[in-house]
Amino acid sequence: MTLYFKNRQIVVPGELLAEGGYKPGEGTFREGNCIYSSVVGLVEAKGKVVQVVAFEGAYIPKVGDVVIGKVIDVKMTSWRIDINSPYQATMHPVNIFERHMDPLKEDLRRYFDVGDTLVAKIMAFDRTRAPLLTTKERGLGKLQGGYLVNILPTKIPRLIGRKGSMINMIKKETGCQIVIGQNGVVWVSGKSFEDEERVIKAIRQIEREAHTSGLTDRVRELIHK
Amino acid sequence: MEDFHFPSQIKLLNEDNLRLDGRRLDELRPIKLEVGVLARADGSAYIEQGKSKILAAVYGPRELHPRHLAQPDEALLQCIYRMATFSVEERKSPAPSRRETELSKVITEALAPAVFLKYYPRASIDVYIQVIQADGGTRCSSITAASLALADAGIPLRDLVSAVAAGKIDGKIALDLSDLEDKNGQADLPVAIMPRKGLTTLLQMDGIMTREEFIEAYELAVKGCRKIYEMQREILIQKYIDIQGEASEEADEQENGG
Repeated sequence: MTLYFKNRQIVVPGELLAEGGYKPGEGTFREGNCIYSSVVGLVEAKGKVVQVVAFEGAYIPKVGDVVIGKVIDVKMTSWRIDINSPYQATMHPVNIFERHMDPLKEDLRRYFDVGDTLVAKIMAFDRTRAPLLTTKERGLGKLQGGYLVNILPTKIPRLIGRKGSMINMIKKETGCQIVIGQNGVVWVSGKSFEDEERVIKAIRQIEREAHTSGLTDRVRELIHK
Repeated sequence: MEDFHFPSQIKLLNEDNLRLDGRRLDELRPIKLEVGVLARADGSAYIEQGKSKILAAVYGPRELHPRHLAQPDEALLQCIYRMATFSVEERKSPAPSRRETELSKVITEALAPAVFLKYYPRASIDVYIQVIQADGGTRCSSITAASLALADAGIPLRDLVSAVAAGKIDGKIALDLSDLEDKNGQADLPVAIMPRKGLTTLLQMDGIMTREEFIEAYELAVKGCRKIYEMQREILIQKYIDIQGEASEEADEQENGG
């Protein structure tokens, strides 16, 4: 049982992290009795689990994630949705309304058309098929107006902060409405363009400096400048 | 065989066993590495090795087109090696050459063992390698840069891949041949390794060496790869340390100012 790193040290792929009875978490892999990192990121041990929080990476859908997507195609009985991931999502009317729809009597475009932006939850995904989306919960559905900001999906946890500390601070300080998609898309809508611009600037700074300390204070400073 | 020598027009070594650019036999060319040089790519890297200059860009994992190439159980790694028309002395035709197609395949196969392709079934990971200036050893420099670009894109890797060539010039084994040494030497041996376990992912040979010379050259190349690996590691970490440094400087300023 040996750990070969200091907490929150930057590691590169293939670096030996631990030996013995540890468990490999995100961003790591096990070979024999040893755990190695598989990405560039910050390493930390949580109990017996060793994990590396990656700096970069694509969004891989996870059941239960709230994502922001764009409708790219309307088919007979479903929508194709781009969720900023290697895997395009599908959405069926059943998972929006409490009923089936007859494509002969109703046009799906009445509800969502190509180009529409929506907040949805990932209902099912097993990597062999396209992820399925649902909007059957409060707060999900079509988005109107506002700005969309794309950031690295790996920086989303930092943007939210511990128990939402960062995002709540930004909301409070600017009075903007913000919806965060786990897939790295953020929707911002405020009373004035200046407010929205301040939020976007703050998000960009968080994306760049996610791995540094004292970030919340610097972001607050930036918003008030 | 011992007395056999290829005709060499140019003397590549002087009396002190120093090469034309002043290097010792076991010395690498000066290497400059950079990561994250392209904003539009998911990951990118730039390498200068001697006079060779190469850019590598990684896109993905992303949707694969055409769809029929998709593998149901793993991602497809596609490397494309291209040389700029102005990268060599005599203008290279812009059409993809046989050599470029072959190197694309060889580089793909040198990188594939390091990538966790099984994590992204049906997807594609694309690596574009552009040789801006060529001065020998470009396939090895390309692998070094491409592996950095993959790491920069956040793609899970078993290890980085480091590559360098060894060869035989004027009857002596030398590391990291330049274009001139490659063309006027007796043999060239490009090697790529995954340094953690010392696994070889690329091994080619051009020319004639004895068994003993081959082993000596291979071991010299592996030693060179390990030196390059240290540089790769350092540059990957440095990118984020630089941001940390800037951030803390900024914080100091704010404290002093406010």
